[in-house]
Amino acid sequence: MSRYTSATDADTRAMLDAIGVGSLNDLFAEIPDGVRLKRPLDLPDGRPEQEVFEHLSELAARNRHADEEVTFLGAGMYDHYVPAIVDSITLRSEFLTPYTPYQPEISQGGLQVMFEFQTAISELTGLPVSNASVYEGPSAVAAAGYLARNQTGRGKLVVSRGMHPHSRETLATHAVGYGMGTAEAGLTPEGATDLDTLASLVDEDTAAVFVQQPNFLGTVEELGALGEAAKRTGALFVVAADPLALGILKPPGEFGADICVGEGQTLGNRLDFGGPSFGFFAADERFIRKMPGRIAGQTRDMDGKRGFVLTLQTREQHIRREKATHNICTSQALNALAGVIYLSWLGKRGLVELGQLMAKRTHYARAVLGLDAINPGPVVREFAVRVPDLDGLLTRARAEGINPGYPLRDTYPEYGDGLLVAITERRTRADIDRLAALTAPLREEVAA
Amino acid sequence: MAALDPRAGEETLTIYERSVAGRRAFTAPALDVPDVPMEEILPASALRTRPAELPEVSEPEIVRHFNGLSKKNFDLDTGFYPLGSCTMKYNPKLHERVAALPGHARLHPLQDPEYAQGALELMWNLQEALAEIAGLPHVSLQPSAGSHGELAGLLLTRAYHEGRGEQRHKVLTPDTAHGTNPATVTMAGYEVVKVGTDEHGGVDIADLREKATDDIACLMLTNPNTLGLFDRNIEEIAAIVHGAGATLYYDGANLNAVMGISRPGDMGFDIVHYNLHKTFTQPHGGGGPGAGPIAVSDRIEPYLPRPQVVRVAREGEGDAHAGNGRAGERPRFGLEHDRPRSIGRLRGFQGNFGVFVRSYAYICSLGGDGLRETSETAVLNANYLRARLAEPGVAEYLPIAFDRLCMHEFVLSGRGARDKLGIRTLDIAKRMLDHGVHPPTVYFPLLVEEALMIEPTETEPRERLDHFAGVVRSILEEAGEDPEIARNAPYTTPVRRLDEAGAAKRPVVRQPSADGGGGAEQNPGDPRRAAENPAGATGAI
Amino acid sequence: MAESYPEDLRYHPDHDWARVEGDEAVFGITWYAQDALGEVVFFDPPKVGASVTKDQAYAEVESVKAVSDVFAPLSGEILAVNEGLSDGPETINADPYGEGWLVRVKLSDPGELDSLLDVNAYRDLLKS
Repeated sequence: MSRYTSATDADTRAMLDAIGVGSLNDLFAEIPDGVRLKRPLDLPDGRPEQEVFEHLSELAARNRHADEEVTFLGAGMYDHYVPAIVDSITLRSEFLTPYTPYQPEISQGGLQVMFEFQTAISELTGLPVSNASVYEGPSAVAAAGYLARNQTGRGKLVVSRGMHPHSRETLATHAVGYGMGTAEAGLTPEGATDLDTLASLVDEDTAAVFVQQPNFLGTVEELGALGEAAKRTGALFVVAADPLALGILKPPGEFGADICVGEGQTLGNRLDFGGPSFGFFAADERFIRKMPGRIAGQTRDMDGKRGFVLTLQTREQHIRREKATHNICTSQALNALAGVIYLSWLGKRGLVELGQLMAKRTHYARAVLGLDAINPGPVVREFAVRVPDLDGLLTRARAEGINPGYPLRDTYPEYGDGLLVAITERRTRADIDRLAALTAPLREEVAA
Repeated sequence: MAALDPRAGEETLTIYERSVAGRRAFTAPALDVPDVPMEEILPASALRTRPAELPEVSEPEIVRHFNGLSKKNFDLDTGFYPLGSCTMKYNPKLHERVAALPGHARLHPLQDPEYAQGALELMWNLQEALAEIAGLPHVSLQPSAGSHGELAGLLLTRAYHEGRGEQRHKVLTPDTAHGTNPATVTMAGYEVVKVGTDEHGGVDIADLREKATDDIACLMLTNPNTLGLFDRNIEEIAAIVHGAGATLYYDGANLNAVMGISRPGDMGFDIVHYNLHKTFTQPHGGGGPGAGPIAVSDRIEPYLPRPQVVRVAREGEGDAHAGNGRAGERPRFGLEHDRPRSIGRLRGFQGNFGVFVRSYAYICSLGGDGLRETSETAVLNANYLRARLAEPGVAEYLPIAFDRLCMHEFVLSGRGARDKLGIRTLDIAKRMLDHGVHPPTVYFPLLVEEALMIEPTETEPRERLDHFAGVVRSILEEAGEDPEIARNAPYTTPVRRLDEAGAAKRPVVRQPSADGGGGAEQNPGDPRRAAENPAGATGAI
Repeated sequence: MAESYPEDLRYHPDHDWARVEGDEAVFGITWYAQDALGEVVFFDPPKVGASVTKDQAYAEVESVKAVSDVFAPLSGEILAVNEGLSDGPETINADPYGEGWLVRVKLSDPGELDSLLDVNAYRDLLKS
């Protein structure tokens, strides 16, 4: 008997009799001999639960996680505090173990969560229609590209270099499939999207223009001007946003964004070495029947009672098949649930308070580090600086249990000495001051 | 219809309707840096002028709200869930414990690989195990779901052909295929060509032969297929597809039937995706998260997404891929970004690592023999339930679509119930809800009339299968006396049948905010508000 | 409404009808088509001025769980679309030959009319 099965020898015999075959092997008579595996799988033997726990604990212990160092690492995922109620609620089997709500009568909990999630995302982004979540951030960007292609029939995507490198690359990977090319608009010397370059790239064949808010370096972009440049020829204006920063930043919808997507990890989801989290996808009303993924809608039952269903399903792969708006099957329901619990916990005022705390600490940190800023303009949670001896700093910081941030050289060779520093509500002034103490000798070097 | 009154019942309130100005759960950490006004940090044009309308609710009431919602969900830990093609097997509790270890859950994805060796080793070990299970040597864990794995597979196929200087434009999918297959084909820039099904429920070989031209890039196949049948002609199918220069893609939705028994690589498949949330028991989470790793043959390997998890040689060590390093010393693992022929990234970071932890724990618990026994029991359970539902009193109303030994699932047709009892498959499914079991997948695959697709999985004991057979029988008997009972079912659920047409005609996809629709203050008369306000210009629902 | 097929219409085998009035025609879907589809929740009309070609899809109708192409029984140019369907797509179910009409078309090749079915031929098709 395998670990999680119930069939005893007696059960198996009785069941085989009922089926009318002599042995388990006979059940596989349809499989031709030539494609049968005639040996056991070459895997380690199964182990008791406690040994598996010990093995995985041992592996986990060989990672340096965010409680074992003071980390300023961000670059797309951030060390925010996840409140206990998120764990408590998402571990409930009624949320953890069902599949997607195909039978709405027995899935009202999950469907209402989707509706509440969609409302929150609409509020954050300033766009009226949100789906129930997609895989994660960069692939949400790619999904926006697919919508733009289907909507406009045009062949080109213009992408700001301020977009997360993973988003740019993911978009390019997917765009090959749907037959589009990408063109990149570079950054100004101040680390913002270069409006003139972007405007010059937007032409009659441009399906969509992509910018990120705040951008990868942390710069708060001027969405108004970028949006105007994007939309002049009828291209869609797509903004990838950090949803937590949207607590204090003007929503992309108010700048005329047609689509706002993003990575949802900052909303109550674990770091998890990069996933699972969720992506969100919000859009203007005119795209409601072009959206990817699940959408929950409000309705009523035959007794007139309020209820929720998956709606506008004719967009989706199981009905529209090769003409579907996207091939995605489900959402990231459990991760989106964590998101809506987190936003409920923060609440209307807490979201603003948290955003302001981050912005003020970030403002403080950039000043106190005293290094040459790559992006001296407005920032809210992250900023990039030039570090004269980056490797030296990384080594000294590691020795002190500090992770000073993300070295930009791998993805932005033009910032070979660049370091991206992220601040969350978990990074106190004392933490920031410790990092500043490490950069003090470098400040003198800069001054000299 | 009368206007919708959200306060008609306390249990139907949304979290927004529970909001009372001034209430809160969150306490912000104290401001420990100088209190610079926000206007000095950000230009006025970038600042939000109106807070997002999030709810204002105390922590105890948030907990009650979501716990209340949870009680309106049917779940796998409570009852039988034979949803065909979804492999609703038990999700071991150990997996939540190990996934939550801070070394996993609190690990930043951009941590220096030197300080993420445990995570990379886990991913490497999982890759190796998946490769052995599929019989294909190279694995990428990156795709986020089965559908994402399918897209990866077709992008790999495109890169492979382009690498050979070939341009191909069409992809074959059987008419029994999951909807994701044709949807993926279009997203990958190909045209769908359907292949027929023969009288045994397998691929129509003559049709395949005719359509497998040199313009075909790939055949996407599930084996066992969506009818729960193993295609006996798989070797011939592979020969035809490879003869045409195309790749053979394995949709791993049904891998739970054949672990340790037959491997897609040995069947001739070039690319496979796994559904870790099905076969390898990541909890379905109400529809996500999942993960859809892929395995490929040697000829496809150069094109795999980046980064790849690799085992790297220590200084002075020879072949990076040989052995386990020096005795008593652990090998090192890294992320390889420099892959010049790669199709590129499919998503951010390294994939759904939290899912990998659970699936790896599962494979460690079961081992090779346990995985084989898993598949054997899954097939035993499916055939036993098939036999129980072939008994008189059921079979005349729900005949099996293809009367053969099935694999891990089987498909019945509700045409007998429709013709003889006047109830549809939908009615049978809805009546099951009153019996406390989840209905099977219904109306799929499309080529079976009034289909019911039943997958019990290996974790169900015999008596649960007997109970389900009894439920089906009693619903049919009841319908023989009074079909109206099933037609109006369910009766005992939190809500009864819902007006899905009304929901689709005039979509209400968000809570109208207290001011009459979020943003309406700043944007009066914006036509986009119509979607939020059922009493607006489009009339009451 | 009960199943019916008016005598004055011409039918396309894909369950579409045309009511010819001089060099113009009104198109719609038949009772059989709307019954097979179920309650219509959305009609995605073509643009006025667009060309339609006989036997080619020119629009889509959707129910909750199905999408169906609508085929042009005759070729021509769209003169008008039934605006009332955006608020009340279910009119297609309630009155498929009257208020549930889909588009009005300026015909480009009246000779195509000969290839359409009359009511008896269409009824025979449904029986087969």
